Amino acid sequence: MRKLTKKDILAAFKTSSPIIVTFLVLGAGYGILMEKHGYGPLWSLLSGIIIFSGTAQFVSVTMLTSGSVIMAFLTSLMISVRHIFFSISMIGRYNNEGRRKPYLYYALCDETYAMLSKDDGPEGVNVSNYRLLVTLFDQSAWVIGSVLGGWIGTLLTFDSTGIDFAMTALFTTVFIQQWIDNKQHLPAILGVAATLACRLILGSDIFLIPAMIIIIGVLTAARGRIEPPATETAGGDAND
Amino acid sequence: MTDYRHAIIVIIVMGLAVLATRIVPVFIFGRGEKVPEFILYLGRVVPYTAMGLLIVYCLRDTPVLEAPHGIPELISLAVVTATYLWRRNTILSVVIGTALYMFLVQSVF
Repeated sequence: MRKLTKKDILAAFKTSSPIIVTFLVLGAGYGILMEKHGYGPLWSLLSGIIIFSGTAQFVSVTMLTSGSVIMAFLTSLMISVRHIFFSISMIGRYNNEGRRKPYLYYALCDETYAMLSKDDGPEGVNVSNYRLLVTLFDQSAWVIGSVLGGWIGTLLTFDSTGIDFAMTALFTTVFIQQWIDNKQHLPAILGVAATLACRLILGSDIFLIPAMIIIIGVLTAARGRIEPPATETAGGDAND
Repeated sequence: MTDYRHAIIVIIVMGLAVLATRIVPVFIFGRGEKVPEFILYLGRVVPYTAMGLLIVYCLRDTPVLEAPHGIPELISLAVVTATYLWRRNTILSVVIGTALYMFLVQSVF
């Protein structure tokens, strides 16, 4: 048994604190959005435990009431495919985590990955406890934020017309950050262009899955151009 | 009346998709097998296509041919972009952009 020390808790809290603040605020935004769509704080709690992915949860809001289940599944898969990279790169580190392994992988979101993949925590801290606590603090902040948001949403009555734009705005900031971080803009342009073309040609109901197929197809065909074989690109640090 | 059964199914199905991307790779490659380059490649580049896809998805029902011709969306997106380039603060840009958009669609257009 790896006993929790005060030192472990403080170290993990210090690492998590910027993420906790961000997750509380964004989680609250998600909770309010859910509430305005008719899904109260308990729904946000359930979703934060079952899905636990900010991007997927924000998108799910518009898919809860109606729409194809297959489309929801594929959208979620596409948004989350980056996690394959995160999990694989943590296999070596998490090898001796034993019974904590399932939780550590299940809750490995972008921000937790960023913190736990860069080092093993400060000197003298039990690394296994540190990993568990950072993961737990991050997820708890998101879930608590979303439940509070749902609760605030029930108290505040205001005209919520247009509040869905929060999603668009959030994804736009991630898009800009990715654009700044990357010299290779082809994937970003491809994502917008293929989806826009499918939307214009196929209408607003069924365009998403064809767009995904085109995107994966073009990425496969244009691999040599997007990622020249000789150069090693650092990847997997997408934001959520 | 909201169809809660559909909502539960969607949450579970989306949860399974996210969980699969986090756990299946560990089952397959956990014993040191070599990860196919192609899978790693998709893991690296798909995230950069996914945001564009999601932005278009969010704006899929914007009326472009009728009034207000997507003008509130354009103005708000410009403000989100400008504030983000200025301060690099996600929360600030999301709050300002959303408040502005809500004001535009409720009171101006």
